Amino acid sequence: MSEERRSAKDAVDLYLRLQPVMVPVYALVVAFVLAGLVMWGTGANPFVAYAALFRGMFGSVDNIAGALERSTPFIGASLAVALAFRAGLFNIGAEGQLLVGALAGAWVGTWSFLAGVPAVIGVPLILLAGVVGGLLWGGIPGLLKAKTGAHEVIVTIMMNSIALRITEWLVSSREPLLLLDTSSSVPRTAPIADGFRLFGFGDTVLHGGTVLALLLCALAWFTMERTTTGFEINAVGLNPHAATYAGISKNRIVILAMGASGALAGITGAAEVSGGDGFLLPGVFANIGFDSIAIALLARANPFAVIPAALLWGSLLAGAPTMQAQAGLSIDLVRIIQALVLLFVAADAIVRWLFRVPEGGDGRRAFASGWGA
Amino acid sequence: MSAATPPPQEDLRTADREAYVESRRWGQLSRLQTIGVLFLFVGGVLVGRVAAALSGQEANFRFGVGGDAPTLTFDPGTVLLGFGVLYLLFGAVAVGERWTRRWASIGLIVGSFLVVPMVLVAAIGLSPKDSTNLVPILTESIRLGTPIALGSLAGLWSERSGVVNIGIEGMMLAGAGIGFTFYAVAGSGTGGFPLFLAVIVAVITGGLMALLHAWLSVTFRVDQIVSGVVINLLAIGVTSFLRQQVILPSGVQTAQKLPVIDLPLLHRIPIIGDGLFSGRPIYFLMFVIFIATHLLLFRTRWGLRVRSVGENPHAAETLGIDPIRIRYQAVVLGGLIAGLAGAWFSLETVGSFDDLMTNGKGFIALAALIFGKWRPWSAFGGAMLFGFADALQTRIQFLDVTVANFPVPSQFLQTLPFVVTIVVLAGAIGHAQPPAADGVPYERSR
Repeated sequence: MSEERRSAKDAVDLYLRLQPVMVPVYALVVAFVLAGLVMWGTGANPFVAYAALFRGMFGSVDNIAGALERSTPFIGASLAVALAFRAGLFNIGAEGQLLVGALAGAWVGTWSFLAGVPAVIGVPLILLAGVVGGLLWGGIPGLLKAKTGAHEVIVTIMMNSIALRITEWLVSSREPLLLLDTSSSVPRTAPIADGFRLFGFGDTVLHGGTVLALLLCALAWFTMERTTTGFEINAVGLNPHAATYAGISKNRIVILAMGASGALAGITGAAEVSGGDGFLLPGVFANIGFDSIAIALLARANPFAVIPAALLWGSLLAGAPTMQAQAGLSIDLVRIIQALVLLFVAADAIVRWLFRVPEGGDGRRAFASGWGA
Repeated sequence: MSAATPPPQEDLRTADREAYVESRRWGQLSRLQTIGVLFLFVGGVLVGRVAAALSGQEANFRFGVGGDAPTLTFDPGTVLLGFGVLYLLFGAVAVGERWTRRWASIGLIVGSFLVVPMVLVAAIGLSPKDSTNLVPILTESIRLGTPIALGSLAGLWSERSGVVNIGIEGMMLAGAGIGFTFYAVAGSGTGGFPLFLAVIVAVITGGLMALLHAWLSVTFRVDQIVSGVVINLLAIGVTSFLRQQVILPSGVQTAQKLPVIDLPLLHRIPIIGDGLFSGRPIYFLMFVIFIATHLLLFRTRWGLRVRSVGENPHAAETLGIDPIRIRYQAVVLGGLIAGLAGAWFSLETVGSFDDLMTNGKGFIALAALIFGKWRPWSAFGGAMLFGFADALQTRIQFLDVTVANFPVPSQFLQTLPFVVTIVVLAGAIGHAQPPAADGVPYERSR
């Protein structure tokens, strides 16, 4: 009797302990059910649509590789946004930083005197160029924020616009001829030399950029959780006044965090050029900055959580055309799914309310509180 | 510095003081002085090199088309010499910040905005043409600044009540898309009463999106950035979906837009009348809404309540104000304005709906709002600056500038307003203080 009661109590305990962990799972289920209702409302069969969507995401080796490849820039870019969030900064400029990094890479990769270098030298060089470009584009807002108090939201938006215009010029100018590939019908940069190409995986579209992105996540996690600098970044992000009082230079951290954030985006851009097409097609990164904000929020600015979040994001986008072709639903439905996923995962108050899960004791980071800091 | 130094007193200007102390530690020059040195350099280059090279020419700024349009004839060299002297003066005033006090930052703000006419003068001086029409670029600036200005007001209402609004873009896009969908279905794009109704639908759509934002961030206390991004994603998804499933099948390609209205008498004013007082309804409404916002926010009891809830909701509640209710009202009001801004795109300007039509203007509006330090008229100024940026992009052809037989790419001139924004922000405005409770979810005190 008492034995039974104890095992029942254990089961209840286990259930209660699992509840908070289950919240993201519940959230995904709710999001997909709601999106299914939307599909059903438009007259489509949600089961057919989801089956097609998942086939598009994971149906074949090529599909899986495509989904991974699509997710790769999202991993790096959202990692950049997440790192800035950790310092209480809102980096809307990932797109510009990615673009400048890619531009720097595409430029270095076409230097004629480096045309014959082996990949051992060429690949680190092109990635380094991306880091420098991103560091510059992310570092300027950080520097201005630290030295003058200029709000990083405005400066990064402005830097995005400037990056777009400059890229447009560099890539389309014929007189003087800069980076334009004159043999191509669309304005794009000249192809980089073979020595600058990242390795690929067989015949698939997958390339070393994915591995690089995963390494960057590990590096970011190590920096944030195991080093003094990481501790300082966290401290400034959680309470800048307390951090200042503890002797941490807030300005140094702001510059460092924005610079590192830009560098992460920049290396991602260069890796896309190096591992992907081998040239830069302007517009290829359009909207990536805003997607990566959503992904960073989905991952609650955790460097490792960025990986599944970005994979989910990229795979949904990669799977959408199959859903359109096989179930006749517009690919834009994926955007609605993404919004619902973000809503229910990042804003778990609703799911907790729906499933009666008690509030967890984990210290939640408020992203919006960094607005005026 | 000894360990016994007391911490700075907690007041509104703590952040400013921290930045100041830090700047002293960083180097010898303060923020104003750094920009002052930059100004001295610009002034020196203008006086020393550019003015001499361009003098002796004749250039014309024309105000209107036709032979009898008023024309301003000047010698670019002389004018640039004047600009150079001004920059030297502003630079000196800024470097001597210690003695000139607030004149230093006034000089820097004026000087930063003078960059725009200075570049126009330099451009005409360097261009093979000797005359250009200035009126279109000025009126286009205001017209293209309209959605940005309305968007910044949408953000202003929300943020003044303490709710960060990064979903302006989504509210505008939803307004543009759903308003046009209604128009295409109910009015088949032929104008008249359905068009008027479509604008209402757009406005209400913006309000509904804002209601969602308020429901998430005020009632559920979801992080306000998350909630705003959700709004943006949802708007992209829903509008693109509607375009595919409803607008395209309806066959309405280009619809009739809102009509042009000439304000009686005013539009007959020479030179500016045609551009300023002849326009489409939302353009005029923008000015009305700005005046109304100013009056409502600063001259009414409700406006005071909104501001108090944005600064200190607990104190407000102690006085019997319901912060939750006020935040709902302010956020939804902002959303209605954002919906109108959305109608500007699809129903007033283009006459069709494209995916992602708002093209990041909601974020530019956010930048204008912060640039204007959460104040309506300053935000208006910021919005007009960005409107000018858009006008430059479309009307850049007239400036085919050459330096030493080398054409200056138009993209360089297009980046000018953004660079000016950064310089003004970093040099003269500095730290912007948002409403104190902006971004902090409110929990009722028990």
